[in-house]
Amino acid sequence: MIDVDIAGTQVRALNQRLHALPKDTNERAWRVLNPMGAHSIAAGLTQPIEVRVEGHVGYYCAGMNKEATVVVEGHCGWGFGENIMSGLVRVTGNASQAVGASGHGGMVIVDGDAGARCAIGLKGADIVVGGSVGHFSAFMAQAGSLVVLGDAGDNLGDSLYEARLYVRGSVASLGADCVEKKMTPHHLQKLERILAKAGMTADPKSFRRYGSARKLYNFHADHADAY
Amino acid sequence: MTVDPRNLRPSASFTPHHIAEIHRAADEGIYEIRGFGAKRRMPTFDDLVLLGASVSRYPLEGYRETCGTNVVIGGRFAKKPIEIKIPITIAGMSFGALGVNVKEAIGKACTAMGTSSTTGDGGMCEEERQASKLLVYQVLPSRYGLNPDDLRRADAIEVVIGQGAKPGGGGMLLGQKISPRIAKMRTLPEGIDQRSASRHPDWTGPDDLTIKIEELREITDWEKPIYVKVGATRTYYDTQLAVKAGADAIVLDGMQGGTGATQDVFIENVGIPTLPALRLAVQALQELDMHRKVQLIISGGIRTGADVAKALAMGADAVSIGTSALIALGCNKPVHLEDYEALGTAPGYCHHCHTGRCPVGVTTQDPKLQERLTADHGARLLRNYLSVMTLELQTMARACGKNHVLNLEPEDLVALTVEAAAMAGVPLAGTNWIPGRGTY
Ligand SMILES: Cc1cc2nc3c(=O)[nH]c(=O)nc-3n(C[C@H](O)[C@H](O)[C@H](O)COP(=O)(O)O)c2cc1C
Ligand code: SF4
Repeated sequence: MIDVDIAGTQVRALNQRLHALPKDTNERAWRVLNPMGAHSIAAGLTQPIEVRVEGHVGYYCAGMNKEATVVVEGHCGWGFGENIMSGLVRVTGNASQAVGASGHGGMVIVDGDAGARCAIGLKGADIVVGGSVGHFSAFMAQAGSLVVLGDAGDNLGDSLYEARLYVRGSVASLGADCVEKKMTPHHLQKLERILAKAGMTADPKSFRRYGSARKLYNFHADHADAY
Repeated sequence: MTVDPRNLRPSASFTPHHIAEIHRAADEGIYEIRGFGAKRRMPTFDDLVLLGASVSRYPLEGYRETCGTNVVIGGRFAKKPIEIKIPITIAGMSFGALGVNVKEAIGKACTAMGTSSTTGDGGMCEEERQASKLLVYQVLPSRYGLNPDDLRRADAIEVVIGQGAKPGGGGMLLGQKISPRIAKMRTLPEGIDQRSASRHPDWTGPDDLTIKIEELREITDWEKPIYVKVGATRTYYDTQLAVKAGADAIVLDGMQGGTGATQDVFIENVGIPTLPALRLAVQALQELDMHRKVQLIISGGIRTGADVAKALAMGADAVSIGTSALIALGCNKPVHLEDYEALGTAPGYCHHCHTGRCPVGVTTQDPKLQERLTADHGARLLRNYLSVMTLELQTMARACGKNHVLNLEPEDLVALTVEAAAMAGVPLAGTNWIPGRGTY
C-alpha cells in the first residue's frame, strides 16, 4: 500500500504519479490521505490499480475512469465517476449531483444517497445507489442501468432513451416518455448480476423497472405538450 | 379580366416568405428546422474598410516583404500550446452533420496549410484524426462519444457552451442522418430524431466551469490548450467569466454562424452579430489585461481574407470558418440541379443540410451522395480556398504596413455606416465619431 498525503494542493502531484504508472506496474494499491474536499482526485486513471481515498472529496473524483478501482471513504461532490469508461468507483457516504454523468461503461456505486441528476446522459455504465436519488435522475440516459435501492425523486428518466432503471422504493414522478415496464426473467437476471457485483443485498424481485416509451424518438406535432 | 398590377400592394409585414411559412406551419404543425446560418441582413465586416498606408504610414512591398501569419494558441496554462501557421481554423462541425469524406478532406487541407480542424458533436472521427495534424476535440453537453483516450490524443480541447446559430439551444440531428456508424458512436438507436442537451450534464455556471476545466487539465496532465466556445449574446460577461474560469482561448461565434440543423426561428432571432460580439470580447480581455494572452478566435460569417483582416484588426487572434469551408467544398454549387429541386430549393438558396440529401455530397451520410466529393478532391478545394484567403489577408496587412497580420489594429479601420461604427467601435469614415463613446 502506497500512502499519499494530499493535504494542501497536492492533487496534481498525485494524479501525475498515477497517470505515469506503466501498464505492468507493481504499485497497485494506493491510499490517499487528507483529501479535504479537493476536486478531480484520481481523475483520468487508466490502469487496473486500487485507490482508497480516506475522507471527503470534491467534484469529479475518479472522472473518466478506465480500469481502476477507486473507493472514497466519505462523501463526494458533483460528477463522481463522470464519463466513466470501465473499472469500478464507489463512495461509501452520500454523493452530490450528476453521479456517473454520461458514463460509458464500468460501475459507479453510492452506498448512501445521491443528489439530483444521478446517471444523467448515461451511455452504458451501471450506477447503483444504496439509498435514494434526487430529481431528474437518468435524464436523457441512453444505455446502461440505474439501480436505486431507496426512492427516486421527481421526473425520473425524463427524455429517456434505452437505459434501464430499477427502483426498489417509491418514485415521486416519472419524467416525459418514461414508463413502468414489465420485469422479465431476463431483467431479473441482469439486475441480480449488477447487485451482486455492487455487493448490495437486495431481492431483485422487490424492484420495479422503468424504461422509455419511445414516443419522443421522432418529432411529432401531437407530442408538443410532452417536450 | 386582367388585374391591374398597380393594385397588387405587397405587405411589408406579411412578405411572401412569411405567408408561405405560416401556411407550412399550419400544414405540418412543426417549426422549420434547417442548416446554414442567419439569412437576415445585419451589420457585418462589409460595413468596415481598412485604411491602407499613404503619406502618414508606408506599406510593405506586396510580393517581396514578408508578412507573418502564424499564431500560438494556449500559452496561458497549457504545457503544449499549438502553433497554427495561418490564423484561419476550421470550426467544429459534427460527424453526423458532415460525412466522413468531408471530415477527412478538412483534416487533409488543414494539415497542408498548417492549421487546425475541430471535431464536433458526436465524437472524434478516426479519419479526421489521421488526416489532421492539429485536431481540436470538442467537449459538448451531449458528451456523445466522449472518451479520455480521444481527449489525450487531441491537440487542444474545446469546451462548447454554445454556438452563434443557437446560443442556449442544444444540437439536433434528424433521423435520416443517423447511420449505423453515427448511431454507434453516439450510443443511440438508428433513425431517431436526436436532440443533444443544451446544458452540460455535470456543471452549471462559471464557478463549476472552473472546476470542469481543471478536471480536463488533470486528465490530460495540463498539456493541452483548453478553449471555451460561446455563442454571442452577453459576450462581455461571458468572455470575462470564461477567462476567469481558466480558458486558454475563447472561441466566439456570432449569430450568423452556420449550423447543421436548428430551428429557423432560433437561427434568425437569437444572439448578436459577429461585429459587436468581437468588440465586446476584445474589450473584456483588455480590461483583464488578457488580450493576446488568452487567444480570441472569432467566427460567424467569415468569407474572405478581407473579413479575416478586419477581424484581426479589431483584436481577434484568429478566425474560424464553417459555412465558407463547406461552400469551398461545393455547397450551393450549381450542379446536380435536379437534386436541389427535389429538396424544393436551388443552388444559392440551399439550407437543407438537415435532410441528409445534400446534392453535392457535403452534409450527407449517404455513401452514394458522398461519392460526389472525395476526400482528396475536397482537400484540394479547401486548401486552395484557405491559400487564397491567406494571400488576401497578407495583401491587406502589407498595404497597412504590417509585417505580421496580428499587427493590424483598430486604427486601421473605419466604418461605412453608423450602426457598424457603433457596433465595431471604430469611427464612421471621414469623422472621428464612434457612436456610444464620448458625449453623444
Ligand atoms: C454543418 C455544420 C455543423 C456544425 N456542427 C457543430 C458542432 O458539432 N459543434 C459546434 O460547436 N459547432 C458546430 N457548428 C458551428 C461551427 O462550429 C461554427 O461555429 C460556425 O459554423 C461558424 O460560422 P460560419 O458557418 O458562418 O463560418 C456547425 C456548423 C455547421 C455549418
Ligand atoms: S448544398 Fe449541401 S451543404 Fe450546402 S446548404 Fe445544401 S445541403 Fe447544406
